[in-house]
Amino acid sequence: MSSETALLEEYSKREYKHGFVTDIEADALPPGLNEEVVRTISAKKNEPQWLLDWRLKAFRHWQTLQEPTWPHVHYPPIDYQSMIYYSAPKQKPLLESLDQVDPKLLETYEKLGIPIEEQKALAGVAVDAVFDSVSIATTYKKTLEDAGVIFCPFSEAVQRYPELVQKYLGSVVPAADNFFAALNSAVFSDGSFCYIPEGVRCPLELSTYFRINAQNTGQFERTLIVAEKGAYVSYLEGCTAPKRDENQLHAAVVELVAMDDAQIKYSTVQNWYPGDEDGKGGIYNFVTKRGACRGVNSKISWTQVETGSAITWKYPSVILQGDNSVGEFYSVAVTANRQQADTGTKMIHLGKNTKSTIISKGISAGFGQNSYRGLVKIQKNATNARNFSQCDSLLIGDKCGAHTFPYIEVRNTTSQVEHEASTSKVGEDQIYYCRQRGIPTEDAVNMIVNGFCKEVYQELPMEFAVEARKLLSISLEGSVG
Amino acid sequence: MIVTETTSYQEQFERFEQELGADKPQWLRDLQRRGLARFRELGFPTTKLEDWRFTNVASLAKQDFIAPLTPRVPGQVHDAGELAAQALLDDSFHRLVFINGRFAAEFSRIGELPEGVQVNHLEQVLRTQADQIGEQLGQQASLENASLTALNTAMFQDGAVISVAAGVQLETPIHLVFITERDEQAVASFPRSLIKLGKGSNVQVLETHVGSPGATYFTNSVLEIELDDEAELDHYKLQSDSIAAHHIAATHVHQRGQSIYRNHYFAFGGALSRNEIACTLDGEQVQTILNGLYMISGDQLADCRTRIEHAKPNCESHEMYKGILDNHARGVFNGRIHVHPDAQKTDAKQSNQAILLSDDAVIDTKPELEIYADDVRCTHGATVGELDDTALFYLRSRGIPEPLAHKMLIFAFANDVVQGAKIEPLKKYLEAVLLADHGLPQV
Repeated sequence: MSSETALLEEYSKREYKHGFVTDIEADALPPGLNEEVVRTISAKKNEPQWLLDWRLKAFRHWQTLQEPTWPHVHYPPIDYQSMIYYSAPKQKPLLESLDQVDPKLLETYEKLGIPIEEQKALAGVAVDAVFDSVSIATTYKKTLEDAGVIFCPFSEAVQRYPELVQKYLGSVVPAADNFFAALNSAVFSDGSFCYIPEGVRCPLELSTYFRINAQNTGQFERTLIVAEKGAYVSYLEGCTAPKRDENQLHAAVVELVAMDDAQIKYSTVQNWYPGDEDGKGGIYNFVTKRGACRGVNSKISWTQVETGSAITWKYPSVILQGDNSVGEFYSVAVTANRQQADTGTKMIHLGKNTKSTIISKGISAGFGQNSYRGLVKIQKNATNARNFSQCDSLLIGDKCGAHTFPYIEVRNTTSQVEHEASTSKVGEDQIYYCRQRGIPTEDAVNMIVNGFCKEVYQELPMEFAVEARKLLSISLEGSVG
Repeated sequence: MIVTETTSYQEQFERFEQELGADKPQWLRDLQRRGLARFRELGFPTTKLEDWRFTNVASLAKQDFIAPLTPRVPGQVHDAGELAAQALLDDSFHRLVFINGRFAAEFSRIGELPEGVQVNHLEQVLRTQADQIGEQLGQQASLENASLTALNTAMFQDGAVISVAAGVQLETPIHLVFITERDEQAVASFPRSLIKLGKGSNVQVLETHVGSPGATYFTNSVLEIELDDEAELDHYKLQSDSIAAHHIAATHVHQRGQSIYRNHYFAFGGALSRNEIACTLDGEQVQTILNGLYMISGDQLADCRTRIEHAKPNCESHEMYKGILDNHARGVFNGRIHVHPDAQKTDAKQSNQAILLSDDAVIDTKPELEIYADDVRCTHGATVGELDDTALFYLRSRGIPEPLAHKMLIFAFANDVVQGAKIEPLKKYLEAVLLADHGLPQV
């Protein structure tokens, strides 16, 4: 037991590796939220009238909503009036190449281990780096343009492709969907827009690195991805944030639309500042992610590795509208120290022969509280719908918690729904077995955890799988008893 | 709006208080007042509450149900006799019969009991041993967030009281029969029962609920059970209420070390039924087994809800619920397992399987695990589907016509739960119900 306790202590004390604040002048609004702020954000972005109206409508609706209390998480009340709703790095003249990017920004990325140049050259990934709400550098634009793919910051899309944005914005996550989605709709600053035309297979893996920087700034990203008939896109999202003391709110919205035969693969590695070992500071990650399989044979797949954030509230969902459409959700969520996560997915089966798979792996350590909350809903017309769900929890230490709250609602006889859940711990006998064979305890724990998460890692794109493994082993670093 | 829905009960309460209050001890009057106050405060639950998301009791709240002020006069019953005869499984059982919530001596037969065993009805016990029961009443059934338990607490007049001294093994089952008979006004009954088993004692209790065919009524029953160390209770509940009845029941069980509680629930009746079982495993090496079968059709709704609190280490809980839903029937299953921080070495298993026989049937299931200890083994599984195609094909390829093959598979599916019943006449009865419902030739 003593080795376990030591392991637990070490694990709980791990430091956040990406904690630093880049000193950059920010152009920010004073704290507070009212209609004027919404108007100012819209004006700063030079947005058309319809978008301002849409924001205002969302804002007015948000005022009527109550912050949800049903998630299995605890945090002090958020004062929405003390937050800054807009902050952009000081506008520099338009950049043509990376050389012109503020070297300090580039330095930040380098500290994070994601040098843009290197990625350009080696990984063949187009990086749309979002630094504090405004996109700074976009690479590989040419390759994408040649393929007909639109991949640009949201604000740019509003200017250049207003009809596309207007058509799809809020079509999956309506502005009034929930408290945080409404807030985001009112004040979203920027994000990414991606449009894959009919029959195009996106030549690159698209990736955006989100960073939260300026203190006291809530981040309200908005991502919209549309895959037209027969299109394919794999989108990667990775997040890290500098260390700080005050809690920060992040309420992003991600919308995916897949038409006939289209496929969208959305992968996330989330490693935001989780707070220190007493639970002080850390990001509140309240995100609404939803995809709509509009067309027949379409497919949307969510993969996430969640190791950061003080509190996570996130349910990437798929609405399986088109016949034969497929929805997938693969998740690894780690809560250590005082982290809390209430995460899961929703699979709404509307079309015939729709299929969904849910694999969720929760790892709790220290005082971490990890909840899986999922909904599988089979509507009346979803003939032959199939679902398989599996949520497993791994407990490290005796003060953490693992919870599952699956909802299953079935309205069709021909459907088949299966749900399995289990909870276990890293067994002393497992560690003993490894040590007997000369494997140090730390490696043994690593091996066991990696084995536990294998099913999810397999779904990640290559680059991300490497990063995810690295993240987890950093989390478990120094856990030798 | 809530106020108007609860006023009918407020008025009835005042009338009870006026007519019968004088005979009641002060602590009881206080308890019932508290119950009423709590109910008035909470009102009828709405689907906005997480616990009532899938079960809408608006129809129950809107309708006026009247709890009879006085018991039935013996000999002036309508069909209670026939109903009692139907419910009767074996004449040798110790039997307490209640009609419209009140004890009916003419149908009851307590029989000879070994020393240390008390089987009585609450009204009587309150008259003779009020203070003794005072420590027990309301101990397990909390009024917190439970508006209908609060309503029962405010309104109860009668119910069963069973207490068994340490070491007593009672071989003959105790049968509690709750009959609701049609009356001029829709009847409400609020049975409140208590079971207390001493150390190492062993008892079987069978609870049956029946009502006049087609009658609309409201039963709101609360049962509090206390099991001392090493006590063993087999609790069977057969809910065959009328097709138009509203049946709301809460069973609260408190278990001490090494005790065993087995609950077998069979739900066939009721327009709306909700059976809640809450077990607190407050001792080491406790075993809790909860099995259930709900078989409904038409527009019936059956809500089965279990809550297991693993408060101490080294305990086991096993749950198996099965549902068969036809026509527009709606099934709800919510099983919750809560493992407290100290409850290491907990072994908890839960499964819920449902078969939908019609495209209009609906099932909502929510198996929850809440775990705060690390050295535990907890699993839950839920499946929903139709009958297995390959099994059906197998039977048909052996010359069994499709409708019969269907019925055989349903019988086999339900039989897992039925076979758990150790009271032979009950098992026979359940098999007969399964076969009759599906027109199989009798075995």
